[in-house]
Amino acid sequence: MSLAERATIPDRLNSRLQRAATSWELLLFLVAVAIFIANSFASPYFLNAWNLSDATFNFTEKALIAFAMALLIISGEIDLSVASIIALASTAMGAAVQLGAGTPVLVFVGLATGLACGAFNGALVTRLGLPSIVVTIGTMSLFRGISYIVLGDGAYRGYPASFSYFGQGYVFWVVSFELVLFALFALTYYVVLHRTNFGRAIFAIGNNPTAALFSGLRVRRIKFVLFLLTGLMSGIAAICLTARLGSTRPSIGFGWELEVVTMVVLGGVNILGGSGSIPGVVIAAFVMGLVTFGLGLLNVPGIVMSIFIGLLLIGVIALPRLWTIARTR
Amino acid sequence: MSIKRRTFTTLTAAAALFAGNAALAQDDVRIALVVKALGIGFFEAAAEGAEQAAEELGNVEIIYTGPTDTTAEGQIEVINSLIAQQVDAIAISANDPDAVAPALQRAMQRGITVISWDSGVAPEGREMHLNPSSNPLIGRTIIQLAADHLPEGGQVALLSATTTSTNQNIWIEEMNKVMGDYPDIEVVGTVYGDDLADKSYREAQGLMQTYPDLDAIIAPTSVGIVAAAQAVVDAGKVGEVNVTGLGLPSEMAGAIESGASRSFAIWNPIDLGYAATMLAYNLATDAAEAGPGAEVGMGRLGNATLDDNNEAAMAEPFTYDASNIDQFKDIF
Repeated sequence: MSLAERATIPDRLNSRLQRAATSWELLLFLVAVAIFIANSFASPYFLNAWNLSDATFNFTEKALIAFAMALLIISGEIDLSVASIIALASTAMGAAVQLGAGTPVLVFVGLATGLACGAFNGALVTRLGLPSIVVTIGTMSLFRGISYIVLGDGAYRGYPASFSYFGQGYVFWVVSFELVLFALFALTYYVVLHRTNFGRAIFAIGNNPTAALFSGLRVRRIKFVLFLLTGLMSGIAAICLTARLGSTRPSIGFGWELEVVTMVVLGGVNILGGSGSIPGVVIAAFVMGLVTFGLGLLNVPGIVMSIFIGLLLIGVIALPRLWTIARTR
Repeated sequence: MSIKRRTFTTLTAAAALFAGNAALAQDDVRIALVVKALGIGFFEAAAEGAEQAAEELGNVEIIYTGPTDTTAEGQIEVINSLIAQQVDAIAISANDPDAVAPALQRAMQRGITVISWDSGVAPEGREMHLNPSSNPLIGRTIIQLAADHLPEGGQVALLSATTTSTNQNIWIEEMNKVMGDYPDIEVVGTVYGDDLADKSYREAQGLMQTYPDLDAIIAPTSVGIVAAAQAVVDAGKVGEVNVTGLGLPSEMAGAIESGASRSFAIWNPIDLGYAATMLAYNLATDAAEAGPGAEVGMGRLGNATLDDNNEAAMAEPFTYDASNIDQFKDIF
């Protein structure tokens, strides 16, 4: 490419409409609609307000973590300890209940534990410069390990009745508290990532951390804040899940880290960092929720569901790639 | 709400027309057997028992389901989808007695019969619970197992878990209550292996040295019974000392083969799945109603009698010996 040609490159390659038409979000949205229609035909029980409301619980808690995880992955880091943070935060809340704590204290304990875990991960990554994937694989075992030591094969129960609202309450009709929380955080994270300087900084860091540093961005501090946010969201998810279950066992939320990462990647976030969007993650949350609920109605075993989600992930990621290859031939 | 509801009902009906196959099965009584996790031999055997019950009843469709991991949240997802499908009954072995209770309460509110079996659910979350056995039945079984092979009477000793193991202590107490029925059998001593393989092994060795005429060791713990059988083999006393008690077929197959153990007992998972299905069917079809003192049919296993907590015991533990160990050793 000659210099003259490069000079004529416009700000935007395609028009706004063109970009929207070929966007990841649209593709994903069409997949979601297709799944919704397929489900309605596959099972006579799918189109029922209460059933659909029940189904949202399959993804709301995971999606809360996925929002923060999306920001973290865009910045080029990852946190695989989120499910273990849920276990530790839930265990801490359970211990507080045994000491007679009320609902406000429990919420505080849950949030504080999440923040502390996030700060621990963040400090190891940003202060000591360790790779986040290694650090969080370590803390994944560490956090849940503490829960296992504290609880063994026992359980904490006896949560106050008012606490259960966070996991079982409805704001009005079929709209659960968790669904409202999901919507509020979706909006908040959308604004933060796509409408603020902080959001622009996250993209800049993910694309080129060195360049970002030399542009005056405080890379380490921003990454630390993102780890804090992920920990905080895990704490919030722990509150919702614990309130929904009404008890704490060390196996709580087992395996959720992979489902959260799957949700983020399915939502179009580049696993290597640098690109992604919140609307994509929101649609991906619905896609995963609809798939698991739809297959659940057909009594498909969980392991087959995992295979299906895996194929969906590979399919949705491979499709645009295949499309580009086919076009450039 | 009524208008919205109607819209949804219409949509549901329309979808049902297209679906067809699922709607046709409506006439059958659909019983969901929910287990702790799929892919566990014990529960696969229970599902086989449920299918036996379904075959006997004729108009029953069994939905055998459960999460991939033994988590409460996984079971709640399964329960939610069963509620959505409007199954007639749910029979569950719970991962957490409290966590699944709210979801199951919702199921009951929508007219679904809910019972628990094996691992129970908190009383507010189920109509009844089926225990595989009861303490008195277990107490009688462990002494009966020893007596079966001692027609002339003899000396027996107990190898228990720890001195504070609630279950074992209750079973031994129940056994002592019925000792009057076995006048020729003398219990010479009780030792504790703490459910540790090496300690149980040493305690079993000690028993054989202390009581040279010992005829049987009763170990009401799956760890102790295996260790005791090994100690008998190593002491060259196969045929002299019979090891019996409660154990798992997979772990005891070798002891049965070597002759160190003539027979032992544990619940039969096939019967358990069969009984749970029969109970769910009878409650769902209103053939019986759950309540303290109620009798609910379990098909070939007779009736289950509910106690004050709406709990019932299925049967005395099932005896395993050389005749059936091969069938069960791969199951659990």
